[in-house]
Amino acid sequence: MSMFWNLWIIGLTVVCTGLVLWVLLANRKVAQSDDDDPENRTTGHVYDGIEEYDNPLPRWWFLMFVGTIIFGVGYLALYPGLGSYKGILGWTSVGELQLDQQEALENYSETFGAYSQMPIDELIHDGRALKMGVRLFADNCAVCHGADGGGNFSFPNLTDKDWLYGGTAEAIKQSITDGRAGQMPAWGSLIGEPSVVSVSEYVLQLSGQPHEKALAVNGAKVFTQNCAACHGADATGNHLIGAPNLTDTTWLYDGSRAGIQHSVRMGLANEMPAQHDKLREEKIHILAAYVYSLSFDYED
Amino acid sequence: MSNGLAIEPPAYNYKIVRQFTIMTVVWGIVGMGVGVLLAAQLMWPELNDFFQPYSHFGRLRPLHTNAVIFAFGGCALFATSFYVVQRTCQAVLWGGFLIPFIFWGWQAVIVAAAITLPMGLTSAKEYAELEWPIDIVITLVWVAYALVFFGTVMKRKTPHIYVANWFFGAFIITVAILHIVNSMAVPVSTMKSYSAYSGAMDAMIQWWYGHNAVGFYLTAGFLGMMYYFVPKQAGRPVYSYQLSIVHFWALIAIYIWAGPHHLHYSALPDWAQSLGMVMSLILLAPSWGGMINGIMTLSGAWDKLRTDPTLRFLVVSLSFYGMSTFEGPMMSIKTVNALSHDTDWTIGHVHSGALGWVAMISIGAVYHLVPVLYNRVQMWSVRLIYTHFWLATIGTVLYIASLWVNGLLQGLMWRAFNSDGTLTYSFVESVEASYPGYFVRFIGGAFFLIGMCLMAYNVYRTVAEKEPQNDSSESADSVAAPQTA
Repeated sequence: MSMFWNLWIIGLTVVCTGLVLWVLLANRKVAQSDDDDPENRTTGHVYDGIEEYDNPLPRWWFLMFVGTIIFGVGYLALYPGLGSYKGILGWTSVGELQLDQQEALENYSETFGAYSQMPIDELIHDGRALKMGVRLFADNCAVCHGADGGGNFSFPNLTDKDWLYGGTAEAIKQSITDGRAGQMPAWGSLIGEPSVVSVSEYVLQLSGQPHEKALAVNGAKVFTQNCAACHGADATGNHLIGAPNLTDTTWLYDGSRAGIQHSVRMGLANEMPAQHDKLREEKIHILAAYVYSLSFDYED
Repeated sequence: MSNGLAIEPPAYNYKIVRQFTIMTVVWGIVGMGVGVLLAAQLMWPELNDFFQPYSHFGRLRPLHTNAVIFAFGGCALFATSFYVVQRTCQAVLWGGFLIPFIFWGWQAVIVAAAITLPMGLTSAKEYAELEWPIDIVITLVWVAYALVFFGTVMKRKTPHIYVANWFFGAFIITVAILHIVNSMAVPVSTMKSYSAYSGAMDAMIQWWYGHNAVGFYLTAGFLGMMYYFVPKQAGRPVYSYQLSIVHFWALIAIYIWAGPHHLHYSALPDWAQSLGMVMSLILLAPSWGGMINGIMTLSGAWDKLRTDPTLRFLVVSLSFYGMSTFEGPMMSIKTVNALSHDTDWTIGHVHSGALGWVAMISIGAVYHLVPVLYNRVQMWSVRLIYTHFWLATIGTVLYIASLWVNGLLQGLMWRAFNSDGTLTYSFVESVEASYPGYFVRFIGGAFFLIGMCLMAYNVYRTVAEKEPQNDSSESADSVAAPQTA
């Protein structure tokens, strides 16, 4: 803050508060006690029949007013407020945040620290760790993936065995840490509408849905030329790039004829945001264990 | 009624007062009706879907706030300030063609708001959502308003300017400055503009505007109303002229500083947050000055409350005013704000001011005005005013109390930690816990709206009635006495 603005703020504050105090004190009469009888003398002005008494200021009100001003002066001496003046206590909001974070780190590092050394395969058998995972999931993930992790349109179900980027503990942890960006190009203008229609019939056939056989035959060729690079020749997908398996009955988007055509024609873009800066390593470790546990077969 | 200066009052311009008074009732019902719909949408989210996207909460919410503040509250302020300035200055309204321009211009602004906001055309500044062409019309109407008001004050036949006009004057000047500065924007198309400010500066200017819309529009303006209708309806002199002077100057000098308390714990620099908090606390006494002056004016006339429901509205409005101007400074304290911020408590606080103070005093003023403006002995039904009074009071209490509970609940749930440092409750759990409060709030709002409909019917019957009624109670006499026709 430049010296000019510094003095501007201090000057305005002091002058304004000072003037208010002067108006208050200059209106000389204050009731001596709270049950001071009003004098009931009017000022002599009459406006449309309305007169005004010249009663003194209520004593309790006057004292309250002065009291708040004294509090204000004290507060501005202790805390930042008057321009670039720092205040006697040296308090800053950033400083308070850092203290709180420091305290949290000390309080919780033991709990999280112990777990961060444990492999995820063990963590999923630790009741307390999973309970922490439930809370972390509810606070950070449930908004998109649902409170039960069951997913939603365009948000993957985390409780089944079907994974876009792999369902190993490491893959899940990486998905949370760095996020994922899924892209499917828009094929409509590249392959033309007839090919969009025929390849969609082929995709319907792949997932065992009713389809036009003649079109699907043609669609298979289109698929091999354009789609197999990502989804694989057998259309079972590719975890490395998050290309979904098209031969099962799991659909992240609309799996109907119209829906598949739309996806092929317009393409898709999806993003799981990276959590590293928000949640840090220790929490992500527990969260990954919890997500892993959602589809883990405890019976075996 | 005493008439100290024995000057024959001139034939005042009541046409503009009648127009704005009737529209106060109309827009009151519209604005509060949308409010009740919004309350219902929070309870039953399916109600968002009846006419998407126009019926969505996000689009109707600014319509509600604009309709109650600028349409209902605005019409009430125009009506009462034009009435009060004429009668306390003993001068006919100055301004010629500017006067009908103010009425029709303001109605045009309201209609434009009602069309553009549901369409999603918004500058996204709270309480200043209207896009730049409408902002320009508002500016023109407001300048005309200032000219007419101060032109009339200049013409006054009384030696002094009555305290009500100080408040109206401060409200008119300050709102002009606030509106122009905050609405500064770069237009990019007919209905789209971008704020001239950016970042924390934009936020600060927005809340300098936002809080002083409360301070000058919803407080100073309505205190002007209070300073006329309370002593007039009670038939008593104002309690203390000295208090009027001190609290007027202190109020307008301090209020303008209080905006930063809306931005506690934000990117706003610490010094600005502290100053805003300190000034908000100092504001307590100046705010209460108006309440004391209003309520103490009744000393010696308390018995009138038994027989005069209009006076009840005025006095209860002062009680809610006192309560919310105590609550406000408390909520501006950083540590309290840390709990209350972003919770329903804030919305409850706003409504204890909006329903309890602004609406109640306006309703009292309308019940005082209508018989005078239409030359009737009293309102068509005094019993309906009683019913309205209880509906409004109970509605307001239900509304505020339920949102206090919700606010504390949400604030406490959001800050609850488990021993492992994770949050105890997810956000959606706090939403679930808020449902009972949302229901009570909806009921409270509905009570208030029903009261407004009763008032509309009562006003309609009073205006439509050919003959004045025969039975006139004492209270009605004091209303009817100043009539000159």
